[in-house]
Amino acid sequence: MENDTYDGPILEIDKLSISFFTRLREIPAVMDFSAKIMPGEALGIVGESGCGKSTVALGVMQDLGVNGRIVGGSIKFKGQDLNKMTQEELRDIRGSKIAMIYQEPMASLNPAMRIGKQLMEVPMIHEGVSEKEAYDRALEVVTDVKLPDPKRMLDSFPHQLSGGQQQRIVIAMALMSKPSLLILDEPTTALDVTVEAAVVELVKDLGKKYGTSMLFISHNLGLVLETCDRICVMYSGEAVERGSIEDVFDKMQHPYTQALFRSIPLPGADKNARPLIAIPGNFPLPHERPPGCNFGPRCDYFEEGRCDQGYIPMAHADEDHETRCLKFQEIDWNAPISVGAQTEKPEPGRVVLKMDNLKKYYEVAASALFGGKNKKVVKANETLSFEARESETLAIVGESGCGKSTFAKVLMGLETATDGQILLDNKNIESTPIEARDTQTIADVQMVFQNPFDTLNPSMTVGRQIIRALEIFQIGNNDDDRRNRMLELLDLVKLPRAFADRMPRQLSGGQKQRVGIARAFAGDARIVVADEPVSALDVSVQAAVTDLLMEIQREHKTTLLFISHDLSIVRYLADRVMVMYLGHVVELGTTEQVFAPPYHPYTEALLSAVPIADTSIKKKHIVLDGDIPSAMNPPSGCPFQTRCRWKDKAGASLCESQVPPVRVLADGHQVKCHLSDADLAAMEPVIETPIAAE
Amino acid sequence: MGLFILRRLGVMILTALCLTFIVFWLTNLYPNLEKLAKTQGNFRMSDEQVETFLGNRGYTQSLPVKYGQWVGILPGYVIDGTDGETRAKCEAGRTPTEDTPTFCGILQGEWGQSTVFRDEVSTIVGTRLGLTGKLMFWVMMVMVPGALIIGVLAGMREGSRTDRSLSTVSIVSTATPEYVSGVILIAVFATPLFGMQIFKGTATSAMDDANFNNFFLPVITIALYGMGYIARMTRASMTEVMTAQYIRTARLKGVSFPNIVLKHALRNALIAPFTVIMLQFPWLLNGVVIVETLFNYKGFGWTLVQAASNNDIDLLLGVSVVSVFVVLVTQLISDIGYVFLNPRIRIS
Repeated sequence: MENDTYDGPILEIDKLSISFFTRLREIPAVMDFSAKIMPGEALGIVGESGCGKSTVALGVMQDLGVNGRIVGGSIKFKGQDLNKMTQEELRDIRGSKIAMIYQEPMASLNPAMRIGKQLMEVPMIHEGVSEKEAYDRALEVVTDVKLPDPKRMLDSFPHQLSGGQQQRIVIAMALMSKPSLLILDEPTTALDVTVEAAVVELVKDLGKKYGTSMLFISHNLGLVLETCDRICVMYSGEAVERGSIEDVFDKMQHPYTQALFRSIPLPGADKNARPLIAIPGNFPLPHERPPGCNFGPRCDYFEEGRCDQGYIPMAHADEDHETRCLKFQEIDWNAPISVGAQTEKPEPGRVVLKMDNLKKYYEVAASALFGGKNKKVVKANETLSFEARESETLAIVGESGCGKSTFAKVLMGLETATDGQILLDNKNIESTPIEARDTQTIADVQMVFQNPFDTLNPSMTVGRQIIRALEIFQIGNNDDDRRNRMLELLDLVKLPRAFADRMPRQLSGGQKQRVGIARAFAGDARIVVADEPVSALDVSVQAAVTDLLMEIQREHKTTLLFISHDLSIVRYLADRVMVMYLGHVVELGTTEQVFAPPYHPYTEALLSAVPIADTSIKKKHIVLDGDIPSAMNPPSGCPFQTRCRWKDKAGASLCESQVPPVRVLADGHQVKCHLSDADLAAMEPVIETPIAAE
Repeated sequence: MGLFILRRLGVMILTALCLTFIVFWLTNLYPNLEKLAKTQGNFRMSDEQVETFLGNRGYTQSLPVKYGQWVGILPGYVIDGTDGETRAKCEAGRTPTEDTPTFCGILQGEWGQSTVFRDEVSTIVGTRLGLTGKLMFWVMMVMVPGALIIGVLAGMREGSRTDRSLSTVSIVSTATPEYVSGVILIAVFATPLFGMQIFKGTATSAMDDANFNNFFLPVITIALYGMGYIARMTRASMTEVMTAQYIRTARLKGVSFPNIVLKHALRNALIAPFTVIMLQFPWLLNGVVIVETLFNYKGFGWTLVQAASNNDIDLLLGVSVVSVFVVLVTQLISDIGYVFLNPRIRIS
């Protein structure tokens, strides 16, 4: 209680260094990290995976596990050094004054404990309140985080809630005893964009309401822009740039920050005219950091004999803006971006793939263990119709559960369609499972998977895996032939030929994904389904992998079906976009048509939910209520009617009773909505790009 | 739920049928029958005499027919013997009367006659099972809490000194089979060799009046073996749970360590060992055979040994039917209990 009058910084980290100790060596995870958070302020820490941002958070919590240790510096919470506290004192602070929100809500909640009990525990431990009082508090907080039916919520188990609801519970748990500091470790990474937008909004509001300071850790620059006042960019264990959001976003003073911004697809980037610039090279491993500047080997401005000479301190670039770069005063930060190789937009060729009224229904038993007769039909895909042409990129966008992966499975032949047809070169393949397809068809339709870490056989060399694909596709007459072809494929995906003899574990995520791409193209695939191919990769690698895909597509005239939930990247690379919601195609058109009004109301919300890392862009703020309805129990009428903000205009009863017909608005632009033409025409753009920007 | 149990019951019956058929076939192999004929009749019988002896008592019928009669789905044989006597299965090998039922298998509750004990198989199995049940109960009372405590203590701080010493103990105890540990225990605690003659080396008196003195050694011999195993499983599951993210959540919520273990980790950590504990029942039956023979405790296992060594066909079959059901029923209980421990399965 003596701290109530304290008005200094809530958290002050000074020259913090954290190392992990293994049997072999000491691995420094965070070096020389300083930060300060004032009351009510939100600090964002941004960086790629492995840069030490989560370690900082756990360091603040003093929970580094058996191997981690703070080897230097101090962490002061309201003036008290956390490093010097005893376990009891720390336990007092944890949960009551500093609370944490985690990346995976499902894993962070105890699966065998009712939610109410988990929430009530917090005030019962820290304030010793009675069970009744704790229950009332829990009820109040659960209402605060805008969960429907709070009483039922408190009485349920974590697995009975959706991901978004679980995250709200985790937030509620953190707020139970009104902490002064909230640490958010990638709080929305596991969530869908529209849910993410709602959660972010909630955190912002609650932060204001309770006056909580926040430490927001994320890899998403756009998200940090929306939530934080100040930002700290980390690279390989060090803070490389620190300052207010405006300073860092608009007047960056570190080459890494600049490179990071250039590698993310912002509105205005275009795969042909203004391709993304990937950061060359790879993230250094913690024990293989270069001497001097950690970013040196990947930096455009690197100067030998200067940048690689020992420790580089933080330098003041401006008032309240620091950078860890020796040359920041010499670099011309306003120099125009050297435009990458521009390419011609290829003309889409003939129709290769045609879907006609494709339907896929699943029958599921209500409970797997106890059988039961009440089988339910899940309508995973509902009347899907579209065409895809040669050398065209068709993006399929939608949140989890919208049926995009089911569609990919049906196309690949892993499932057979319930109804409708899929025509590949005018041949029906919808009811041929993959075992029955001929080699040519299988080689023609290939897939690049989401998670490169799981899709390569860990006990087979990279070369062997590609050769295996070649054998299956019956390419090459003998082993030498196939080996040569394999090496060519490695060239194609720009991996050194020496990688053929490596094991997957020796490769980084981006390199693994390249192997995945090489495997997909082994049989000269004409249609490649890329299921979220870059979402598991770091930002700086994403650009490189996307560009590679584009380049191979241009050369091979491949039809690319790009499944993604990331609208920024879709806008960047797609020719046409198909928006799906609960198994329905709600909008289909060229990228320009979909990203400009008139929108389908769902597209509008989706666009507004995507965080954009550009301070000059103004976005309309649309937050969808609730979660995506379960495909097991879809709403009547229009699938989107439960969350649509235009419902009243179109006539609520109409939306609730009838599935809207497909309407063609312009050439090739179709929308499934009841809204009148006038209403559609009156829609305003969600994202406003300032015209002067170019 | 009902359907689930029904399905499991079906599987149980099928398993029991297959298993008893195998036992039936093995005990009815001709050399066994020949031995049976010679022990029951005359040791100096010629081959032809054996043949007629067996033929008169229905042993030479084809195997499926005999099995069907034993189960009670085929009418029991009535044979007019070559010696002029008529024998019926359902009259225990005597001349049938008016009241003799047509079917007399285990379905009708006729388990047959034990040739060793000269008694009804059903009564023997009943009393012996009761005695073994007593033994098992105490084994469980010692083994399960002991194993869980050791496992949880070892698993809550992986790699600590407690963990290593407890793990060593459990590996040693589970690596020592009952016939070794039993002998060692008897030598140490039931003989004057080491000056620690605390317990009795035989448990025969425990059949009527079990007390700490005469019952401790057999109980601990079986318990030690299972304890190490369950403790290892509990430890593994506990260490896994302790690294789970929700434990971190609890820790960073300010929950104290004892409370983390008791309130957050324990229930989750018990889900996996629960199945293992139930799987221990078949192993216990195993141990029971050895330990009961070793300590001369005339329970179910001892009966099994007697029946097998004396080619007591009906008793052996009865014993195997009961064991199959004991094992399968525990598996059923394990599945149902699992559902109650794990809410994720309960409501899906």
